[in-house]
Amino acid sequence: MQFMLLFSRQGKLRLQKWYVPLSDKEKKKITRELVQTVLARKPKMCSFLEWRDLKIVYKRYASLYFCCAIEDQDNELITLEIIHRYVELLDKYFGSVCELDIIFNFEKAYFILDEFLLGGEVQETSKKNVLKAIEQADLLQENQNEDWGGLSDDIL
Amino acid sequence: MRALPRPARMVLPSLKLPELIQEIRGAKTQAQEREVIQKECAHIRAAFREGDAPQRHRQLAKLLYVHMLGYPAHFGQMECLKLIASPRFTDKRVGYLGAMLLLDERQDAHLLITNSIKNDLSQGTQPVQGLALCTLSTMGSAEMCRDLANEVERLLLRPSPYIRKKAVLAAVHMIRKVPELSDIFLPPCTQLLRERHHGILIGTITLITELCERSPAALPHFRQVVPQLVQILRILVMSGYSAEHSVAGISDPFLQVKILRLLRILGRNHEESSEAMNDMLAQVATNTDTSRNAGNAVLYETVLTIVDIPSASGLRVLAVNILGRFLLNSDKNIRYVALTSLLQLVQSDHSAVQRHRPTVVECLKDPDASLSRRALELSLALVNSSNIRSMTQELQGFLESCPADLRADCASGILLAAERFAPTKRWHIDTIMQVLTTAGAHVRDDAVANLTQLIGGAEELHAYSVCQLYNALAADISQQPLVQVAAWCIGEYGDLLLSGSCEEAEPLQVQEEEVLTLLEKVLQSHLSLPATRGYALTALMKLSTRIQGDNNRIRQIVSIYGSCLDIELQQRAVEYNALFRKYDHMRPAILEKMPLVEHGGPQDDEAGEGKEEPWNPNRESQSPTKTPTANLLDLLDLLNGASGDAQPPPALDLTPGGSLLHLLDLPSTTPSLAPIPGLKVFDREGLQINLSFVRPPEIPALLLITATASNTSKSDVTHFVCQAAVPKSFQLQLQIPSGDTVPAQGGPPITQVLRVLNPNKAPLRMRLKLTYNHFGQSVQEIFEVKDFPPDTWQ
Repeated sequence: MQFMLLFSRQGKLRLQKWYVPLSDKEKKKITRELVQTVLARKPKMCSFLEWRDLKIVYKRYASLYFCCAIEDQDNELITLEIIHRYVELLDKYFGSVCELDIIFNFEKAYFILDEFLLGGEVQETSKKNVLKAIEQADLLQENQNEDWGGLSDDIL
Repeated sequence: MRALPRPARMVLPSLKLPELIQEIRGAKTQAQEREVIQKECAHIRAAFREGDAPQRHRQLAKLLYVHMLGYPAHFGQMECLKLIASPRFTDKRVGYLGAMLLLDERQDAHLLITNSIKNDLSQGTQPVQGLALCTLSTMGSAEMCRDLANEVERLLLRPSPYIRKKAVLAAVHMIRKVPELSDIFLPPCTQLLRERHHGILIGTITLITELCERSPAALPHFRQVVPQLVQILRILVMSGYSAEHSVAGISDPFLQVKILRLLRILGRNHEESSEAMNDMLAQVATNTDTSRNAGNAVLYETVLTIVDIPSASGLRVLAVNILGRFLLNSDKNIRYVALTSLLQLVQSDHSAVQRHRPTVVECLKDPDASLSRRALELSLALVNSSNIRSMTQELQGFLESCPADLRADCASGILLAAERFAPTKRWHIDTIMQVLTTAGAHVRDDAVANLTQLIGGAEELHAYSVCQLYNALAADISQQPLVQVAAWCIGEYGDLLLSGSCEEAEPLQVQEEEVLTLLEKVLQSHLSLPATRGYALTALMKLSTRIQGDNNRIRQIVSIYGSCLDIELQQRAVEYNALFRKYDHMRPAILEKMPLVEHGGPQDDEAGEGKEEPWNPNRESQSPTKTPTANLLDLLDLLNGASGDAQPPPALDLTPGGSLLHLLDLPSTTPSLAPIPGLKVFDREGLQINLSFVRPPEIPALLLITATASNTSKSDVTHFVCQAAVPKSFQLQLQIPSGDTVPAQGGPPITQVLRVLNPNKAPLRMRLKLTYNHFGQSVQEIFEVKDFPPDTWQ
């Protein structure tokens, strides 16, 4: 996967994860153009489109568009499953997730994504393991004390 | 002592993140939002300057939020470094996130985190190591990867699966950045493959895939694990429901898809490996539940693998049939991938794909443009001689209602298919006519030339064609290509039209006046392009010898146009006028019907009006050059060819009457032409240039060369330009070529006529310069043609 973007129906960016090195200017340009292209799609159209030399897979969940750019050899249908899995993880974590959750807790959205994908590839296919890892990290953050040492190796 | 009042700006306290977000969302205008953000950024900057350690992570979080809205945040880069270096987990979490969002390999600052990452990798707790690995895999530059490779390698074999699954994917990233690191990460793979943990497995398979794709040398090494991969897949497929890994009844589809893709790479071009996986592939193909997307994703990957490796033919047919079933799926995403894959298979597995033709044709009706476009491409690829009639019918239907951007492709697709598989000439003519009527504005330029050539060559259909075209023209004069062809036909075969001698269609009674009125209407209509009017005027002129009544009306029109503002039209009209006045006795001979031309075959392709041929009414047509349009003006302007030659043309007598006289002074003799052998002068990577020669007997010094550029390669030739030069004793003119593109796989060639005057009968020599694009490269070739057949100059 080259990048994943989450944006609202008004075109406001809610999350941007880039797995390829691009300048800020290029990222902005790509984001602007792609958001426009996807928002212009009619509801009945399929979830895939070709854009520049990339394949774009997108799906709308409530008021948020989840948009991934994959390479030529990548499987579009499994990318839809990846998007769906991410939504499920957010849903489980926030308890019936909505756009506002992602807005006010954007760091958490990133942390959850980073436990599911790494370097653009799937790292963990068990929902349970991803959520457990986030839980542990959140716990660690709450118990801010340096008195707490390293966690035992078996927890994760 | 009273404290000095603070400036108003400082009174506003710094906002917490949720408050900031709230305020930004409450802003009614862009300007308001900017104001809020600028105020807050000022606070953030101040806080960074003050170096307030406990609050630093909160300040950075706010900065990251406004960065996402598009505002500059570069001043936070150093803070990321400080946060990463802090021992507190909260700090590291936000710091690493900031690094991933604000730092990339283009900034010098990014290298500074290498040390922190190194420390965290070797000494941090698991969550901290996780953060470090994640950041490295997201934005790690080549230098960072080289520096940290050993750390990551060590982590591959640590006991914790949490770390190992991340380390494996970090290795994938590192190899992408620094391919030489493959040497370090290849050996551990075999052991990692024995893991049971799905996270480690999927990462390992990704790593092996990356290694194999980068280095063919790795392939033999990993082909040894094909049985192991097959086994893992078998366990997944056979295992029942697992709460942890099942998606819609499929066990870990993510892992299955990865395995299938790796099997594809390992089995490609390798019989033995392919055989080892055939059974498993068949099993997955037949047993996977297709009711939900997860199953279809696995099935799709299986199909892709089956067709890419040397599979048993039965398995291939199974794969194509699965795609055919996908086409019937109500989910349009599935139909989309099916159409895409079938398009790639249509050449290699043609008969298997043919079986699904009816379903493909149904997909033409899909409202989603990306689906109907693919369906169109696939449909065109499936046309053959046995289904040409029904397919053309379907495609014509599609042409009538398809979206505008597909029209041109559909029209040219139908015309091309018609050219290749037309069962009868009449069907061919009808088909082209129908396309011109439906989508006239979208056809290629050569459609007019093709149709006139086709009609010209089918003598038995002249009457039929002219009647059909007359009717079409009477109904609608707006479709330019159709109007041009109709005008040409009416001019050429007006006598057949008027005599009502067409048996194939309903008998038509057309009066001379009606025909003239129609042509005049075309001439005057603002819908008509200049070229079209040219056709109409010439047609009227020709009719002057075809009609029984007097020519007053025609003479009137012609003389009116003698002062037309359009130079082309004016020149024609003036010349025709001259024909009426001074050379009336010659008129019938000049306007006689075009000689039937030999049809060179379906590949011949020409531009419309630019072509010409030395005109002699008594000459047998053995010339390989084909000129369907008898544009009198071009014939008279014999020596005014297109530029492109190295020799400047001699000064010409351009008075209209003068050039006509020049031509008419030539004695007409009956020729007996022995055809001169052609010459192949160029052959490179499938692009061939052949020359053919004609020596018109009345002009001994003249040699007409037709250069034909054809293309048998897999890649189109574009921007093709041919230039020529001859020794000083010769004169050379190049005509406008028929086009500048030769499509791949034997697409319609480019033809170009070169006229060489050789009054001294010197041995012919010629230099050719070709420039064109082929296989994505621009090519320039200059060479001399020396061995012209003696008949070309003696």
